[in-house]
Amino acid sequence: MKHNFYIYLLVMGISVFAIRVLPLTLIRKPIKNRFIRDFLYYVPYVTLSVMTFPAIIDATKNPYAGLFALFAGIIAAYRQMGLFKVTLICCFSVLILELFF
Amino acid sequence: MRGFREGFKTGIPIGLGYFAVAFSLGIAAASAGLDPFQGFLTSAVMNASAGENAAFIAMKEAVPYLQMALITVVSNIRYVLMSFALSQKIDPQAKMIHRFLLGFFLTDEYFALAVSQEPYCDPFFSYGAISFAAPCWALGTALGILMGNILPARIVSALSVALFGMFLAIIIPPVRTSRPILILIVLSFVSSFLLSRFTSLSQSTVTIVLTILISGLGAILFPVKGGNDET
Repeated sequence: MKHNFYIYLLVMGISVFAIRVLPLTLIRKPIKNRFIRDFLYYVPYVTLSVMTFPAIIDATKNPYAGLFALFAGIIAAYRQMGLFKVTLICCFSVLILELFF
Repeated sequence: MRGFREGFKTGIPIGLGYFAVAFSLGIAAASAGLDPFQGFLTSAVMNASAGENAAFIAMKEAVPYLQMALITVVSNIRYVLMSFALSQKIDPQAKMIHRFLLGFFLTDEYFALAVSQEPYCDPFFSYGAISFAAPCWALGTALGILMGNILPARIVSALSVALFGMFLAIIIPPVRTSRPILILIVLSFVSSFLLSRFTSLSQSTVTIVLTILISGLGAILFPVKGGNDET
C-alpha cells in the first residue's frame, strides 16, 4: 500500500457516513426528479453486477470453479433461497469442483 | 427494552450470515495488505460489503485519496435511496440521535428490519439486532485476515466466493419481475468482462464508469413505472 491506510479509512468513513446520514437528516421529502430517482434505483444492480463478474472467476484457483459457482448462485438466488443459503451454495460449488479438477 | 431484546434475537441469523461473508471479505482485505486490527476497524466504521470490497481493491491499486472518496460514494450509493426511504419511517418526534445512529448502521438487512414496522420503526429494535450482528461483521473480517493465510488454499478458494454469493442474492431475485433489471445485469456482466480483459483500466475505475453509464442508460431507456419509493 503506497498511501496511508488511516487516511484512506478517514476518507471512506466520512464519504459513507455522509451518504447514509444526510438524506435521513436533511432531506425528508421524496426526490422529485424522475431521472435521478430511476438512476438511483438501478445503481445497486449495476454496481453489484460489475463487481461480481468477472471478479468471481478471478477469485478462485480454477476459473471454471468460479464460473460454476456463478451459475449455481444465480439459480439459487432466482429460486429465492435467501442470502445465507445462496452464499453457502456458491462456496460448496467451488469446493466440490476444485476437488475433481 | 422489550424491543431491544426482540431485536437482538432477530439479529442472530443476520449475524451468522454476516460472519461468513465478512470472513470472505477479510481474505480480500489481506490481499490489500491490511492487518487484522485494520480490517476490524474498517468493518466497524463502514458496515458495507460491496463498499469495503471496492475499497480494498482500490487500496491494492493505490488510488489517490480523491478517487477513494469517489469509489466509496459510487459503491455505496444505494444507501442514499434507503436513507430517503428510512427517513419516512422514523417518528418525527424521535430524537435526532436516532437518525444519526440508524444512518450509521444502515445496511440492506437492518433497512429491511426497520421499514417492515408500522407506522414508525422502533429504533431500539434495530439497536438490538445491530448489537449482535455488527460485532459479527467486524470480527469476521479480522478473522478472515488472520486465518486466510493459515487455512488450506482449497478452503480459501471456496470461501472467497461467499461475497459474490451475497451480491447475487441481492441482484437476482428482482429479475423475476423486472425485465429491465435483467437486461442491465447482463449488460453489466458483458461490459465489465470486456473492459477487464481488453483494456488496462483498473477495476475501481471500471466500477465507477460502468455504474454511471449503465444506470444512466437504464434510467433513460426504462423509466420505472409509478415511481420507486420501494427500494
